[in-house]
Amino acid sequence: MKKVILSGCEASAEGAIRAGCSFYAGYPITPQNRFPEYMSDRMPESGGVFIQAESEVSAINMVFGAAAAGARAMTSSSSPGISLKQEGISYLAGCELPAVIVNMNRGGPGLGDVTPSQSDYFQSTRGGGHGDYRTITLAPWSVQEVYDLTYLSFDLADKYRNPVILLADGMLAQMLEPVELLAGKKRLPKKKWALTGCKGRMPNSIKSLFLTPGVLETHNWKLARKYHRISEREQIYNTYLCADMDMLVVSFGTCARIAFEAIRIAREKNIKAGLFRPVSLWPFPSEALKNMAEKVRKILVVEMNCGQMLDDVKIAVKNNSRIFFYGRPGGGVPTPEEILKEIKRI
Amino acid sequence: MKKNVEYLYKKPESLTDETTIYCAGCGHGIIHRIMAEVIDELGIREKTIGIAPVGCAVLAYDYFNFDVTEAAHGRPPAVATGIKRSLPDRIVFTYQGDGDLAAIGTAEIIHAAARGENITVIFVNNGTYGMTKGQMAPTTLPGQRTTTTTKGRNTAVHGFPIRVCELLSTIDGTVYLERTKIDSVPDVIKTKRAIKKAFTYQMENKGFSLVEVLSNCPTNWKMPPSQSFEWIRTKMAEFFPPGVYKDAGAGK
Ligand SMILES: Cc1ncc(C[n+]2csc(CCOP(=O)(O)OP(=O)(O)O)c2C)c(N)n1
Repeated sequence: MKKVILSGCEASAEGAIRAGCSFYAGYPITPQNRFPEYMSDRMPESGGVFIQAESEVSAINMVFGAAAAGARAMTSSSSPGISLKQEGISYLAGCELPAVIVNMNRGGPGLGDVTPSQSDYFQSTRGGGHGDYRTITLAPWSVQEVYDLTYLSFDLADKYRNPVILLADGMLAQMLEPVELLAGKKRLPKKKWALTGCKGRMPNSIKSLFLTPGVLETHNWKLARKYHRISEREQIYNTYLCADMDMLVVSFGTCARIAFEAIRIAREKNIKAGLFRPVSLWPFPSEALKNMAEKVRKILVVEMNCGQMLDDVKIAVKNNSRIFFYGRPGGGVPTPEEILKEIKRI
Repeated sequence: MKKNVEYLYKKPESLTDETTIYCAGCGHGIIHRIMAEVIDELGIREKTIGIAPVGCAVLAYDYFNFDVTEAAHGRPPAVATGIKRSLPDRIVFTYQGDGDLAAIGTAEIIHAAARGENITVIFVNNGTYGMTKGQMAPTTLPGQRTTTTTKGRNTAVHGFPIRVCELLSTIDGTVYLERTKIDSVPDVIKTKRAIKKAFTYQMENKGFSLVEVLSNCPTNWKMPPSQSFEWIRTKMAEFFPPGVYKDAGAGK
């Protein structure tokens, strides 16, 4: 099939439109400015809605409205903007509304910088906003995968009536790569719960407020059961060169791609390293990682942060003395040589 | 027995049988009722989608007999934008208090107005944060006592109240802005007329309209309902003059 050259922002936007997304609201922030720009042309072209909101707070609440009305809806931003969206994401989770949020992660905390980072791992996988909730979090490592996982994000959001975060970074946002625009199936489910006007039925309401004693707890347990179902069914990961490995590198997103290059060079020097790459960060592929970890004595976790996924690796593997970490926070991007040095060191 | 019973007064279809949580004498109930009457009269109940605020009216989805969603504090205009743009032929309104609309949600209301969203906003100005038990609101009058201005609002310290209709009237995206009050029967009828016009304009795709209703909060103002109506009439109406601030929809 013919490939087209797209940036990560464009690939995600195009994937969303092809997945049937008909509503986008966003606010400019580097490194994802191409996202609203692309959507401002393509959305109206495809019969959808584009709104440049007055803030990320407003954008996510517009998405809340569109989702409540039954539309496939999304927003995109980068770290400081994603912080502002947490209010809306918590409400989406509490009200069980489907939506897709793309985070082109940049260095933080605060205004940080505009270079690629993986510093929002905790924020994405632990809930991010207030309340006892989870967001499905998918982490692509190529522009093609940005496209494919955006598509998948909408299906998962609708399937579980839950917000889904696509966690990429400033590198993937702006990098140009050839992409096959696979025509996946558009699975637009019927949404009986949506607010469309009560013609021919009883009125619907959407809410996260439960004041009657015990009802909110029941609601939370219901959500917890849903998260459990998601955990059991939706773990995604990839392994590379693990068949004959002596040591395992665990890394996700852009960083995994750099680590893979380091492993390729290591192999030329007869160091048998393998790569485990979680694609779904929540649910984290713990069981698969545990099994893979049993084959090796040493595990190196590499991230573009101070060690966040590291916690999940420790929970999965349990034996912490075998786990080593190499990280570059604050917008630092490791080179394959740096990672190779660590592989050799441990 | 008479065959054709003609009702002179009955509960509007757009209201449910639910008992409200509103305090005795509170204006929210009156405003709900006249909105429900308007929606019945316009025959739009089955295509209306309401947005309840965070505030005393947070449970509005239990009181209105049509589709209603909750929204985060101050965000109803953004939520309304998402709904209306997705379903342009439905009738979408927000119902907001002064804390919701003129403090935490100031950006949302101004920009929904600036975009000229074709929605109807019912803005209930009771000069206080009712739900959280009577703190200063952006519309608390100078000198007015609240739980966070116990000696009265001192403008040098607490700042000045915001006049929403006047502010929004400078925005080209607005079509209809009127301030009414509910301290007397004629005023309640006037308010209903304004609300009806606001919904009618939306049905005619004319654009953004807002009706600001000067309402009361006897509990937190610490006065009996009759005195609270007197307060609206004398104090509030003086600082927030009722009237039509913009009507660009007439004959359009
Ligand atoms: C983000 C956030 N901040 C604060 C609150 C607490 N809160 C609930 S209602 C309210 C004030 C509502 O006042 P107003 O909008 O004037 O409506 P009223 O209750 O008077 O009808 C506040 C501050 C909240 N729920 N969410």
